[in-house]
Amino acid sequence: MIAIETHNLSAGYTTPIISGLNLSVNAGDYLCITGPNGSGKSTLMKTLLGLIPPLSGSVKIHAGAGDVGYVPQQNDLQKDFPASVSEVVMSGFQGRLGLRPFYSQHEKESAESAMMRMNIAELSRKSYRELSGGQRQRVLISRALCAGRKIMFLDEPVAGLDSQSAKEMYRVIHELNTEGMTVIMISHDTESSMKYATRVLTLGRA
Amino acid sequence: MAEKLSMYLAFPFVQNTLIVGVLIALCSSLLGVVLVLRRFSFIGDGLSHVAFGAMAAAAVIGFSDDMPFILAVTIICAVILLKSGRNSAVKGDAAVAMLSVSSLAVGYLLMNVFPSSSNISGDVCTTLFGSTSILTLSENDVRLCVILSAVTVILFVYFYNRIFAVTFDEEFSTACGTNAKLCNVFTAVITAVVIVLSMKLAGALLISALVVFPALSAMRVFRSFMAVTISSAIISVSCALAGMLVSILAGTPVGSTIAAADMIMFAVFFVMGKILGRR
Repeated sequence: MIAIETHNLSAGYTTPIISGLNLSVNAGDYLCITGPNGSGKSTLMKTLLGLIPPLSGSVKIHAGAGDVGYVPQQNDLQKDFPASVSEVVMSGFQGRLGLRPFYSQHEKESAESAMMRMNIAELSRKSYRELSGGQRQRVLISRALCAGRKIMFLDEPVAGLDSQSAKEMYRVIHELNTEGMTVIMISHDTESSMKYATRVLTLGRA
Repeated sequence: MAEKLSMYLAFPFVQNTLIVGVLIALCSSLLGVVLVLRRFSFIGDGLSHVAFGAMAAAAVIGFSDDMPFILAVTIICAVILLKSGRNSAVKGDAAVAMLSVSSLAVGYLLMNVFPSSSNISGDVCTTLFGSTSILTLSENDVRLCVILSAVTVILFVYFYNRIFAVTFDEEFSTACGTNAKLCNVFTAVITAVVIVLSMKLAGALLISALVVFPALSAMRVFRSFMAVTISSAIISVSCALAGMLVSILAGTPVGSTIAAADMIMFAVFFVMGKILGRR
């Protein structure tokens, strides 16, 4: 079953960085996107997610609104942001709020199970800014699990982690994949990503 | 002293001042949390200068009720400034500086070229520092202030979870289908409204104190968004009340007294944060 398809896709902000991309990702695939800086990895991911409109061509994601999770790169604003871990994880449900102002009990319980799944349940009342890089990444993955459990996009999930935490992170992502989740990940670290990825897309400047 | 206070509190204009002051303090603190966390603190300051320019222009044009005009001008500028977003921080920064200094210059120029009263420097001083203008609120001002504050608080509570999500991570929110752009426009409009309302209380140059200090104080000690938001509101309202009462009793200017109370509170929370070992 196909999860994501692109047809003659050109992606970029004003001028195309990637052009004529025909890609199809099957459900359950573990796709690793690699390539040098500036080759358009993040741009491609954002285009697939609909954050940047495609310059030409099309993207089709065969999933509902509540099926896609996204783990973006950590940004500077978050370094001293006063937010508890559970507040951050709960925000994964924002797409399902609709006209409701607050999250439901059921969503609170799902958030707890997502935190349990990522082994951060005991951190739920801690502040995000006091966590280590690896712990933060687990928080962001928990949040992505709340947003969707069929396809997960990860933009350099091991950036800034020490080698031990990075290894652990790859293991966690691999586990999610073996449970049936489609994984699309950007990584610089080709060696480790090759180990788990079922498919690799290498972007380069033409 | 208590006698003097109860005598003053019996006056309707003093009661109006207290009501308006508390409402403005509440709104500005809620907004402040968002602006500080998104690194937009300076926008509040810039917009207050815009409001000053708009007020001068309104006086020259000769509006009998200048509030709608000032609101409109400030809202438009707020939308333009916030639209640049976080991706163009440097550009946005320069834009704020440019807009605020131009508004000040044009405002002062207009006030001098087309003087509406003989005491220009007194007028300018009042507009910039608030001085006693809060005590001369019209019925209309009070009504408008109560309505706009109520709307602001209701919208903030209703959109609380989305506001948190977009403030924490705009990109993720967009990917989840939250309309972050609309959320930003909404923030801009609320910012402009709060600024214009606070101008009567604190004066154009002192508004930022009401916006940024309560949030910064709360962030020293509290670690979750909910706790920071609630404590920021409590800090802001109590500082505003304390400031207004002191200013009534001691005859000091309202705006700067409230700002001083906010500063002292920040110092207290800063020390508390250090003692509690917060980073």
